[in-house]
Amino acid sequence: MSQNAISYDKPQPSLTGLHGEFYAWCRDRELRFQRCKGCGRHRHVPRDICAHCSSMEWEWARSSGRGTVFTWTEVVRALHPAFAAVTPYAPVVVEMEEGVRLLSRVVDCTPDELQIGMPVEVDFEKVSDAITLPVFRRAAR
Amino acid sequence: MFKDKACIVGIGETPFCRKPGSGLSEMGIQLKAAVAALEDAGLKAAQIDGILPFPNVGKAEAFAASLGCENLRFAATLHMGGAAPVGSLRMAAMAVTSGAADYVMVPGGWNGYSGARVRETAANDVDSIPGGEIARDFYMPFGLTAPPQWYALMARRHMHEYGTTAEQFGAVALAMRKHAQLNPAALMHGKPLTMADYLASPYIASPYRLLDCCVETDGAAAFIVTTVERARDLRQKPVYIMGAAAGQPYPADEITNRADFHRTGLTNAAPEAFRMAGVSPADADFAQIYDCFTFEVIQQLEEAGFCRRGEGGAFVENGGIELGGRLPVNTHGGLLSQAHVLGISHVVEAVRQLRGEAGARQVADAEIGVVTGWGDFGDGSIAVLRR
Repeated sequence: MSQNAISYDKPQPSLTGLHGEFYAWCRDRELRFQRCKGCGRHRHVPRDICAHCSSMEWEWARSSGRGTVFTWTEVVRALHPAFAAVTPYAPVVVEMEEGVRLLSRVVDCTPDELQIGMPVEVDFEKVSDAITLPVFRRAAR
Repeated sequence: MFKDKACIVGIGETPFCRKPGSGLSEMGIQLKAAVAALEDAGLKAAQIDGILPFPNVGKAEAFAASLGCENLRFAATLHMGGAAPVGSLRMAAMAVTSGAADYVMVPGGWNGYSGARVRETAANDVDSIPGGEIARDFYMPFGLTAPPQWYALMARRHMHEYGTTAEQFGAVALAMRKHAQLNPAALMHGKPLTMADYLASPYIASPYRLLDCCVETDGAAAFIVTTVERARDLRQKPVYIMGAAAGQPYPADEITNRADFHRTGLTNAAPEAFRMAGVSPADADFAQIYDCFTFEVIQQLEEAGFCRRGEGGAFVENGGIELGGRLPVNTHGGLLSQAHVLGISHVVEAVRQLRGEAGARQVADAEIGVVTGWGDFGDGSIAVLRR
């Protein structure tokens, strides 16, 4: 195990099922969402079936990685002990070009620089050998 | 349809406390409230044949065994977080009017201060967090771990879309605190609040400051529902259930991908409840609105139809939701300034108002009142009650 895997103490996603497949793509530094083969809609979070057309046929479609900040909160007082040392930090909802929204963080600006509508693009943060999280950086419009 | 066929006939409440804690187990404190409700109604425990406990703080079987309810025949738990008590009020009305039960007890309470705190529960038990594995895999790794953070995402977006201000959030906090000054049982009795105090309070999860957040509390409450016919033999004047409904946002298990970010369970439930009741929001003499955080009051006033979407901020300003205002809200002080007892105290306070037993905070000639619940990722419930 790497140093990283031992020292990373924050909550981690499980790597099972469709959630695990999502994170497996992230480990390859690719952001992919399910795209329905029935109606072509993207969806997130991963689900077994399309809520629009009931098709169970889908593929992992690579995202453009581009989106805009939809909303966020600046956490000043951590409500989970693992995040106490990193306050303030800001969970951000990013609205992707594909139309889906994703909860993440913007890693290259401080919370008070965030603005709704700010263009961002995906990057990846390896937190252990097994887990890489999709994060975002500011992007030119 | 159970309009005016079921009623609330008993209420009970324990004292509220923080340090050093209630000294009772979470079951114990709820049993204390349940016994008070039985006494209030003039019922014996053996007559209770339906029990609808709040999620995660005790099973119906344990309540029945502890209280001596030998004929439990209707038991369920609604997994709607803080929307459960009012949702259970609706389910109790359905049960007694269908004959599934004669007398239904709805207990709720916890050691919300001295026991397992909300944040710890959310952090450690996937089965108990709204969204379950979705929250674990897609929110918590990014530090979105607790209710004020989830709802702050909604509050921020509302400020952006409608120009809702921090001062309007503050107006909610001040109204609840003002009402608490008229309620000796409230934790914040004797602790008045100014807008300067509010604005100076530190952020917890922006735009929420400390004083946007409810007070973690040890306490419990309970109420009993039966039919109008059975109520005639009981001690109290009944409070009639004119209409009640519950609803879920879409999707209910995931907070970020909602086509309409502000549409909640209450958006669907409120028209159903008012339609059943045959009245409109404007007919309400008061409302007890689930106030886990200040913005949720603004949001629910809008989604329940007391004002239009985007007008909730203006609605709460200038004393609009204070006693004497256009719609007194949370006359007991609410979760923000009375106590956080999972929303069940909102039902208790509505009953007190409609019985005319609210003392210094009584709404004059209160005839019709509304009570809401809000929970998980925006589950909603609502009841329209009358004296």
